[in-house]
Amino acid sequence: MGKAFALVLTIITAITVAVLVSRHWWFPEVASAHGAAMDHQFTETFIGAAIGFILAQLGLAAFAWKYGERKGETRPIRIFPGGAKWLIVLALVYVGSEIILLEFVGQKVWAAMYFTPPAADSLEVQVLAGQFAFYFRYPGPDGKFGPIHADKINEASANFFGIDPADPESKDDIVTAELAVPVNKPVNLLLNSKDMDHGFYVPDLRIQQDMLPGMEIPLHFTPTKVGKYDIACNQLCGLGHYNMRAVLEVLSEQDYQKWLVQQASFQ
Amino acid sequence: MADLPMEAQHHHTAPTGFIRKYIFSVDHKVIGKQYYFLAIFSVFVGMILSWLVRIHLVWPNLHIWGLGTLSPAGAPDGVMTPEYYLSLLTIHGTLMVFFVLTTAPQAGFGNYALPIQIGAEDMAFPVLNMLSFWVTFLALCSLVATLFVKDGPPISGWTAYPPLSAVGSDAGPGLGMGQNLWAVSIALFCIGSLLGALNFITTAVDLRCKGMTLMRMPLTCWAWLITAILSLLSFAVLFAACVLLILDRNAGTSFFLPSNLLVNGKLQNHSGGSPLLWQHLFWFFGHPEVYIAIVPGFGVISHVLSVFSRKPVLGYKVVVGCLFAIGFLSFTVWGHHMFLSGMSPYSGFLFSVPTLIITIPATIISLIWLGTIYGGRLRFTTSMMFALGFVSVFVTGGLGGMFLAQPSLDIFLHGTYFVVGHFHMVMGVAAIFGMFAGTYFWFPKMFGRMMNERLGHIHFWITFVGVYCIFMPMHFIGLEGMPRRYSSFVNELMQPLMPVHKFMTIAALITGVSQFFFFINLFWSMYKGPKATENPWESTTLEWTVPSPPPFDNFGGKHPVVYHDAYEYGDVQKGKDYLMQTDPAGQPASS
Repeated sequence: MGKAFALVLTIITAITVAVLVSRHWWFPEVASAHGAAMDHQFTETFIGAAIGFILAQLGLAAFAWKYGERKGETRPIRIFPGGAKWLIVLALVYVGSEIILLEFVGQKVWAAMYFTPPAADSLEVQVLAGQFAFYFRYPGPDGKFGPIHADKINEASANFFGIDPADPESKDDIVTAELAVPVNKPVNLLLNSKDMDHGFYVPDLRIQQDMLPGMEIPLHFTPTKVGKYDIACNQLCGLGHYNMRAVLEVLSEQDYQKWLVQQASFQ
Repeated sequence: MADLPMEAQHHHTAPTGFIRKYIFSVDHKVIGKQYYFLAIFSVFVGMILSWLVRIHLVWPNLHIWGLGTLSPAGAPDGVMTPEYYLSLLTIHGTLMVFFVLTTAPQAGFGNYALPIQIGAEDMAFPVLNMLSFWVTFLALCSLVATLFVKDGPPISGWTAYPPLSAVGSDAGPGLGMGQNLWAVSIALFCIGSLLGALNFITTAVDLRCKGMTLMRMPLTCWAWLITAILSLLSFAVLFAACVLLILDRNAGTSFFLPSNLLVNGKLQNHSGGSPLLWQHLFWFFGHPEVYIAIVPGFGVISHVLSVFSRKPVLGYKVVVGCLFAIGFLSFTVWGHHMFLSGMSPYSGFLFSVPTLIITIPATIISLIWLGTIYGGRLRFTTSMMFALGFVSVFVTGGLGGMFLAQPSLDIFLHGTYFVVGHFHMVMGVAAIFGMFAGTYFWFPKMFGRMMNERLGHIHFWITFVGVYCIFMPMHFIGLEGMPRRYSSFVNELMQPLMPVHKFMTIAALITGVSQFFFFINLFWSMYKGPKATENPWESTTLEWTVPSPPPFDNFGGKHPVVYHDAYEYGDVQKGKDYLMQTDPAGQPASS
């Protein structure tokens, strides 16, 4: 029975490693400036985890294979050489080096996104999430957003941001249902929610942030690849959660300007 | 109490009436079984619910017999709606986390075995013990009732994040009565767990028999003691959170609700609260809860591996130290559930450090299990198979944690199937394997009969391969960025993953069906299994010195005296490879 266990466990280990190495199910291609560093960090973690995974599973398999009791056997038991001491040392070295590598060297990605302010020339876009749609607001030529008035939000009259027409800062704001940004230019999103806890998740750009009512949470990144990407809500927000999504379109600077003019003409 | 003579501490005579004997019993053995069967019921319902949610994902138009009758709104004609998917998901998670993983390993086996293993006649507070079970039972009733109210169970998930859980039925179906019943259920569950925790701590500290020093306790007892301390500290916080949630929902307070909340076109009359507060309170409980579920499993697995390897646990003191370290650290890591919640990113970094540090004691324990079976004479009973399986799935699941512990990787993995695969493997499957190992191990003592080993092995093999087939692919599709809690997959990213989802659903159905081998074995053996001897596994601890099943007061009026450590296996006596803890003769092995 121990041999069967060893065999099955080895097969499971081999299949798992093979699937991961084949990269059949793998991250979407990176489309943001910080994404490469994050993927690098993933690779390092994979190597560390794979070493632990293979050694532990194969060790378990080997012991189950080798030490099964045969009927009437009087073989004396053997204590692990050195007792628990070397195992403690092994755990400290293995986990310790992981911690030092991953935690203190590898936190640059987190720091670059969250400890550093957005670049001064960032494009600012306000995002408002509600059950079950995202809306986006560009500040217009004055570079300023008017305040959001929750009591003025009205889907029927397409006032998604609760804009007060009398508000001078809001006058030139452009509200859209799609997020378009120019390529290779830093973007700073200001995330808001009008009702639930929502999530702003764009796997291709390696960005994700919860959106909470009562808080405006900034999130900055630089897209590096022209294309259309899915924005998915990734925080359970109600019955239409699975259907809450929008498009993030990364355009060339020229196309972006054209798009913006086009959107402005709708307002 | 310690000053009283032993005879004066517990004077109960066995009750004779049916109700006092089997229903409102104060006997820890009966209460332990009651908890165990409560968990069996819950795991059965929870498993059926997991089938339903898995089926909905891949065959959304399937008519499911009987479901239309249970919920005409949630499943018209037996076809589940997307919101009913979320309702059932919520109840699946709540049942499994609270009523299975928190009850059976701790309150079930702990209640049954802790007093006997330390040589006590009963728990310290038998009436309190009865009370904690019945409060838990009420909690279960309140939760199951959500399935029968008009708009069904809440759709807010087992974590019940506000505002979704706090603003009432404006936010969606199930968030009126269903969410109220859920909150009451969890609040009651907290009370039951708190009472139980007090009892466990007092019992382990005060009622050990002569010679049973702390360092002679079986590791199971250490695990139950440490789990009880975790329960005491964490359930108190969840209880407070539930009370606040109930107040927000019904009394117009705003603990979790900020101003200007526009839900379903209605401006809510709340101001001044924060949804983040719930997340902090919930996860302050929620992370220790993970260890409440798994630490009793650590105890059982260390115990079972030693018994069936015929070897002492390698480094008993190290294991005890690691359990303490894990217990302490588990209170310092809750923020890793909230890296992207909007809390300060500096806290995110701070929380990730202890999260990685806690893997040190967990890694040491895992290595000690390997070191324990090394060079042993392994007996592959079903219990042992599940213990070996536990080590495998715990390591696999645990390594996923190395990714999620890093905020910078969590940016990608947060809320994806990678997380679902990770926690199912490391706390769900591993804890369940611990329960199976415990069941096959203690069944002869609990019911006086042996379980069928052949059925047991069939059960093990399908389950072991099955859980890998269900939960490994979840990790893979998480790497593609597949979000969890989606009732339908609507875009180009997720549609291609459908074959993987179908594979997982089929694997879940097969693994689920194989659990009937267990249920049949359990109930058949209870009445028809061969009679068990006193000590069928040639084990050393105190429960194996008394008849199977033990008499009402455990030791038949005698007071056991302990002379040896809990794991004296190997070449300790002539002709025998184990030494009972109560055996006055014999040279203890030097390990």
